[in-house]
Amino acid sequence: MNTTSNKPLSLRTEGDTHIVVTRRFNATPEAVYRAHTDPAIIQQWLLGPDGWTMPVCICEARPGGSFRYEWAHQSKPGFYITGEFHALEPGRRIVHVERMFLPFQTPDNHVETRFDADGDGTLMTMRMTLPDAETRKQMLSSGMEKGMEASYVRLESQLG
Amino acid sequence: MQSLDSSFAALADPTRRAILARLALGEATVLELAKPFEMTQPAISRHLKVLESAGLIEQRVDGTRRPRRLAKPALDNIDEFLNTLRRALAANYDRLDQILADVNQNSTPTHKNPGGPR
Repeated sequence: MNTTSNKPLSLRTEGDTHIVVTRRFNATPEAVYRAHTDPAIIQQWLLGPDGWTMPVCICEARPGGSFRYEWAHQSKPGFYITGEFHALEPGRRIVHVERMFLPFQTPDNHVETRFDADGDGTLMTMRMTLPDAETRKQMLSSGMEKGMEASYVRLESQLG
Repeated sequence: MQSLDSSFAALADPTRRAILARLALGEATVLELAKPFEMTQPAISRHLKVLESAGLIEQRVDGTRRPRRLAKPALDNIDEFLNTLRRALAANYDRLDQILADVNQNSTPTHKNPGGPR
């Protein structure tokens, strides 16, 4: 797969507790929104690195609905994310809270994802909010990224 | 990457996570670490040994003191985290680009059936 993209990802911290991600897609806001809420589609792209699968993908995309994504690997300990949807505006916005189990539980991460029409495409803005500055600091220093880093290195080699 | 499994094991314990959180604020001796956890020094020392062999913390020699601190690689990873997250998201979204392109072509987003005709 060609990894070069004319729609570069932007990722930055904001204040003490936020992480903001933006990305443009060549598809309508409705299509991008659907890719984030239809479990059959989520299972195709939110897979992470080579060797990982998502055997469980439950996504009740309605206010108050919950979701649960479980990743499995033949030789690595699996992990999962659970969360709840707080607000859903089809084709426009998703507000949810999530936490990871690695297996220890990470603090709740509040996420607002916006899908804004941008020409004939979509500009997606995902804004994560950690409970406080200390939590974000601890999250980033707790070693959680070690597992993620290994995963992403494999993902890179898969794509490269 | 070799230490991934030991990192997971080291982080599976709430006391060890709390120790790391404490050390994120600055170095501390075993005695200083034992105090807030209401644990004996040997118990804390066992936890520190696990964290140490996972490469998450290290000792510094300061006269008779042996303060523990987050290992340099662990500190580097704090800065590394955002880059890592960026790479991961970029890869996921590149994959999503393909799916969205397929959806546009077929105009019917359906579950890809592995092994089935496509």
